[in-house]
Amino acid sequence: MVLVFAESPNGHLKKAAFEAVTYGKKAADLLGTSCVALCLGDVENAGVLGSFGASNVYHVANSTLNSFDSQSYSAAIAAAVEKLGATLVILSHSSTGKSLAGRLAVKLNAGLVSGASSIPSVEGGKIRVSKGVYSGKAIAEYEINSPVQVISLMGNAVKPIKSGNEVAVESLEVTVPNNRVTVKSSKTQEGIVPLPEAELVVSAGRGMKDPSNWGIVEELADTLGATLACSRPVADSDWRPHHEHVGQTGIAIRPNLYIAIGISGAIQHLAGVNNSKVIVVINKDPEAPFFKAADYGVVGDLFEVVPRLNEAFKQFKANN
Amino acid sequence: MKLLVCISQTPDTTAKISFSSDGTEFNQSGVQFIMNPYDEWYALVRACELKESLGGTVVALNVGPAANETTIRKALAIGADEAVRINTEAQGSMHVAKQIAEYASDKGFDIIFFGKETIDHNGSEVGAMVAEYLDLPYVSYASKLELNGSTANLQRDIEGGVEELEVDLPFVVSASKGMAEQRIPNMRGIMTARTKPLQVVEPVAFEESTKLVKFTLPPAKAGVKLVDPENMDELVRLLHEEAKVI
Repeated sequence: MVLVFAESPNGHLKKAAFEAVTYGKKAADLLGTSCVALCLGDVENAGVLGSFGASNVYHVANSTLNSFDSQSYSAAIAAAVEKLGATLVILSHSSTGKSLAGRLAVKLNAGLVSGASSIPSVEGGKIRVSKGVYSGKAIAEYEINSPVQVISLMGNAVKPIKSGNEVAVESLEVTVPNNRVTVKSSKTQEGIVPLPEAELVVSAGRGMKDPSNWGIVEELADTLGATLACSRPVADSDWRPHHEHVGQTGIAIRPNLYIAIGISGAIQHLAGVNNSKVIVVINKDPEAPFFKAADYGVVGDLFEVVPRLNEAFKQFKANN
Repeated sequence: MKLLVCISQTPDTTAKISFSSDGTEFNQSGVQFIMNPYDEWYALVRACELKESLGGTVVALNVGPAANETTIRKALAIGADEAVRINTEAQGSMHVAKQIAEYASDKGFDIIFFGKETIDHNGSEVGAMVAEYLDLPYVSYASKLELNGSTANLQRDIEGGVEELEVDLPFVVSASKGMAEQRIPNMRGIMTARTKPLQVVEPVAFEESTKLVKFTLPPAKAGVKLVDPENMDELVRLLHEEAKVI
């Protein structure tokens, strides 16, 4: 059995949860077994996970789990794995999953591959799976030799696919230790798709010259429904907030479309964005290193090109 | 205050990545190795700052061969008081975590620091594993860490925002940007690093169950397609019809 832990911070299932269940279902089909989903603490409409491929949805309603602590969460997941007899555990490679995966692997004496980007394959009865390594510069394939395996799935690596119907949520009783980490507050940007989950990202750098010039970038992102990002120098100079910083020291992303405006493309920046499916670079310097990593390039003055691109997208939206 | 900082050695950020022809080994020739940046800039420096303000000891630990001692000495030059090298080639994250946990289990460390991930394996696995082996709380991706007696107040990066947390000592933490600023070792640090103790500890046996099959390089990009800056309708058309991303 494949067991997928479906994250539901503040009771809301994340997009990553739908991706993980879709992935778990594909792995289960390959292994000739079933895929079940597990929800912990607050969750609304968990039955919808059935439509992404979970044959059963289990819920541990213990109130300790309404606040995240890797110890109580990993204990609950391990207990569910043992109770249900699951052999492959799927997590999201998120801030939550990164706190859990290693703990869970030790608890279950399981081999772990974190940040997987491929559907597993089976060779000689063993599970194989690939992930990006060397900050996106290479891919490594691993084989897991333990009876139980843990895989955490990179965000945006699979598209959530509906393949079935909603199911009834079943309550599961497991013993959960008390939390030792207390979450005092949790602040997230309202109404914005977080960068690690974003499919469309509009990013700008020092070529913008001044923070007061960001209006054209914001308008472009608004037209596209894209999430805003920025380069390190821009975040370090407080032109833009730290949570928009993508790159090696910031957030690593893998959107479908990454539009880089006035960013030269230093290797540290590329390390965070080189897994984007399509990269568009707008820069007045034809020698900017970013063009080597780009799919589409526009050599020109961003203050003219960006408003023009915004108009073109608006026209496209109106016609489609 | 006893602080342990686990440091990893990685290829330099700008290193050209290549592999043996069968894809099973990283090609080290011509590659410069460095201390994993997040271990150095954020975890190690914050540990040193805490020790400097509150007193205590910072121990830098690396699991690796003797060749890693240059990197370990750098940690001493930045401000760690002593170092430990567990004498084995890392076989995988759980193998490394097991070595660290064995060493740390009877030392009474108040905080065990890691960087948020290494820039070679990008797994963010070892910290959580060590926390589990030692039955300690774990806070990952912490961008702030302040101590108030035996309680720590932390800030942690989550998707699209931040969390404020509280945890009692002892605990395990992984550090991200914001926790500290990079420190360049000064001449005095470099000189004293030579005489600071570096203990070599023999490893415990552990069979890693996740094994590398092979490395590959991603398919090369087809090359950039330049679009006339006057004709953004063409770019939109390409993104829609050719790239199919909008």
